[in-house]
Amino acid sequence: MKFKTFAAFVGPSIFMMLLFIAAPLVSVFIQSFQETITIQEQVEVETCTPGFVTQTCTTEIKTVPVLDENGKTITETRWVGLQSYQNVLQMDKLWEAVGAGSWNDIMQIDFWRALRFTLTYTLLTLPLVLGVGLAIAITVNNATRSIRGPIIFVSLLPFIITPVIGALSIYWLFVGDGILTALLERWTGNNISMFAQGWTVELLMYLYKVWSSAPFAFVIFYAGLQTVNMDTLESAVIDGASRWERLRHVIIPHLMPLIVFIALIHLMDTYREFEAIVGFRSQAHVISLQWLTYDFMTPDDAGNRAISRASASAMLTMIGIVFLLIWPLRRTWRDHKGSAH
Amino acid sequence: MFLKRIVLAGAVSLMGSAAVAACSFENDVPIKSLSAGFEAWKAVTDAMAECGNFQAELDQEFRTKQPAAFEANPALYQIGGVSNGTITPLLNSGTIRPLDDLVEKYGQNLSPNQLIRVNGQIMAIAMMVNTQHLMYRADILADLGIETPTSWDEVYAAAEKIKAAGVVDYPLGATMKSGWNLAQEFVNMYPGFGGVFFNDDNSAAVNSEAGMKALATMKRALEYTDPEVLVSDSTYVQQQFQQGKIAMANLWASRAGAMNDEAESQVVGKVAMAAAPVAMQGGAPATTLWWDGIVIARNISDEEADAAFRVAMEGLDAETVQGANDAAIWLIPGYEPTEIAAGAIATATANPAPPAYPSTTQMGLLHTALGNELPAFLTGELDAQATLEAIEEAYTISAREANVLE
Repeated sequence: MKFKTFAAFVGPSIFMMLLFIAAPLVSVFIQSFQETITIQEQVEVETCTPGFVTQTCTTEIKTVPVLDENGKTITETRWVGLQSYQNVLQMDKLWEAVGAGSWNDIMQIDFWRALRFTLTYTLLTLPLVLGVGLAIAITVNNATRSIRGPIIFVSLLPFIITPVIGALSIYWLFVGDGILTALLERWTGNNISMFAQGWTVELLMYLYKVWSSAPFAFVIFYAGLQTVNMDTLESAVIDGASRWERLRHVIIPHLMPLIVFIALIHLMDTYREFEAIVGFRSQAHVISLQWLTYDFMTPDDAGNRAISRASASAMLTMIGIVFLLIWPLRRTWRDHKGSAH
Repeated sequence: MFLKRIVLAGAVSLMGSAAVAACSFENDVPIKSLSAGFEAWKAVTDAMAECGNFQAELDQEFRTKQPAAFEANPALYQIGGVSNGTITPLLNSGTIRPLDDLVEKYGQNLSPNQLIRVNGQIMAIAMMVNTQHLMYRADILADLGIETPTSWDEVYAAAEKIKAAGVVDYPLGATMKSGWNLAQEFVNMYPGFGGVFFNDDNSAAVNSEAGMKALATMKRALEYTDPEVLVSDSTYVQQQFQQGKIAMANLWASRAGAMNDEAESQVVGKVAMAAAPVAMQGGAPATTLWWDGIVIARNISDEEADAAFRVAMEGLDAETVQGANDAAIWLIPGYEPTEIAAGAIATATANPAPPAYPSTTQMGLLHTALGNELPAFLTGELDAQATLEAIEEAYTISAREANVLE
C-alpha cells in the first residue's frame, strides 16, 4: 500500500486517539502530582434555620473559601510529588498491617481492598469465560442447522444488554424479596439474604461477569471453529482419537491465538470493572479500583472532590492493566514473529 | 376523527385556560429549575409551571449537578432547589444571589420564618422542614400492648417483643445503605449522645465516648433489621413499610405521606408518627433538622432573576400547599398539620431540640469518611475503636487536601 493511502486511512483514527486518549492521559498524569487547594479563611457567620414557630439563628466560626473580585474562589496549584499516590496506597499502614500479619488490617485500606477484589474478579472469571464460551461454541457448532439461529440469538442476549442494566437485573432477581430469592426461600424453607455478606455478593458478581462476557468469547470461538481443518480432524478420527482428544490436540491448538485475544480483551475490560459495584450496591463488602477512582471524584454535599487522589488512583489502575497484559501481549508478539518467518 | 380532534382541542384549551387562571401573571421569560425529586418538589414545580415558559428538572442527583450548573455563565438554571445540606457549595463559591430586594418586591406572602439569612442577607427561601421521626405500625404496637417508644432503648425493647410475636418479617427498618445514608445515621445518633464533630482547629473529634456509644446503639439495630440492611436506602425502607414487612423505622418526615397512598401502600392508616427517639435520657431526639427551599442563580440577568423569583413565589403559595397538604411539613401559610406531621413537629419542638444538620466544608468531608468507614464496623471487620480511628484518619487526609486543617 502506498504510504499516502495508508496515512489517509489511519490518520483520522490516530488523531482521535491522541486527542481523546493520549491528551487526557497526560493531563491526568500531571494532575496526579499536583494538588489544587482552595484558599480558605475563617469568618464568623450567622445562619438561621427555620423552626415551627420562629427561626433559630446561630453564630459560629466557619471555614469558607475566599472569593476574588469576580466572585470566583481563589485556588492555588502546587506540586506535591508522590503525596497523592501515598494517600491512595497508604504504604505505612500497609507495612504496619503486613508486619502484624493481619490480612484483615490490609483489607481495611481501600486501595488494597479494591485491588484484592479486582484481581480475583479478573483472574477467576477469565478461565470461566473461556471455558463457557468454548462450550457454547462447540455445542452450537454441533447443533442441527435449523436450531442454530435461535440458540445463537439467545446466547448473545446478555452481551447486548447494557452492563449496568445486566447487573441491576441480577441484583433485583436475588435481593431480599426478589423473584429468585422468593422461589428459593419457598423451596428450601430458609430465609435467604444474598446481599447480607461479602462472599455471596462476590459469588453473584462472578456469575454476572461470566454471564455477560461469555457470549463475546462464544462468538469469536464459533467463528474460529468454522476454520478448523477438516482433513486433520478426519485423520484424527481415523487414528481413533476420542472427542476429548480431538478437542485437546486439534481444536484448542488451532484456537490458541483466539484464546489469547479473548484473554487480552477480558483482562483489559474486567480490570476496569465498575458497573457491577454500582449495580450490586456492594460498596459495603467489595469495591473495585475503578469504583475507587469514581468515589474520589464524586463531590460531597459541601462540593469537595479529591481530584489528586482520583488521578493517582486512575494512573495506578492503568499501571495494573499494563502489568496484566504483559503475558498475553508477549505471546501474541512471539506468534506474530513466528508466523512471519 | 374530526369530532375527536375537536374534543381534544377543547380539552387542551380548557386545560390551558385553567392553568393561566392558577397563576397570577403570565411569565414570558424562559425559566428552568433543578431540584430534588420527592413529592413536595413535584407539587411546587407543577404550580410554577402554571405560569408558562417554565421547565423543571427533578433529579435525586441534583446535589452533584448543581454546583457546576450554577457556576456556568450564564447559569444553566435560574432556580435551584436546595436543602441546608446542599446549599453549602453554592454559598462557598458565591453562585447564588442575595434575595433581599426581590423579597421586598414580591415576597409579601412570605413569613419571616422562611427567609434563610446568612450574615444578614437573605440567600434562600425555605418552603418546608424535614427531619427523621419514628414511624411505627400503630396496630401492631397496640395489639402487643407496647407503649410508643421514646428512646432507642425502648425501640429495641419493643423490637424484641415484635420479633418474638413474629407478626412482621423484621421489626425494624433502617437507612443504612453504605455511603451517604449510613453516614447520616451516625450524624443523627452522635449528637444525641452529646458528641461534637470537630475540635476548634477543624480536626475531627468523633473518636470519643459519644462516638463509641453511637456506634454501639447503631449496631444493636442489626439484630432486628433485614440482614441486607447495608443496601437499604430511604426508598427501600419506605417500600418495606408499605408492604407491611417492618413495624418501626426512624425515617424522613417527607416519606410519611407515602404510607397513606392507596395506590402503593398496603398499610393505609396503620402507620403512626412519633418524635424521633432520644439516644440518652434527657437528651435531644437523635436526629438532625433540615429545610428545603429555593435559591436564585447569580450568573443570570436581573430580568431573569425577577421572573424566576415571581414564578417561584407562585410555586410556594397557599394554593400549592392546599393541593398537596400531606406532601411535606410546609412552612408556607395555609398549611394544616395533620396526623402524619405529628412526629416531625414533636421532634422539632422537643426540649432540648435536635441540632440543624451542621453543613460546612468539613462536614462534607467527614460525611464521606463516615460513609466509607462505617460499613467495616457493621460487618464486624473492625471494632468500634478502630473504626473511629479509621474515620479520623480518612478525614485528616481529605481535610488536608481541602486546606481546612490549620
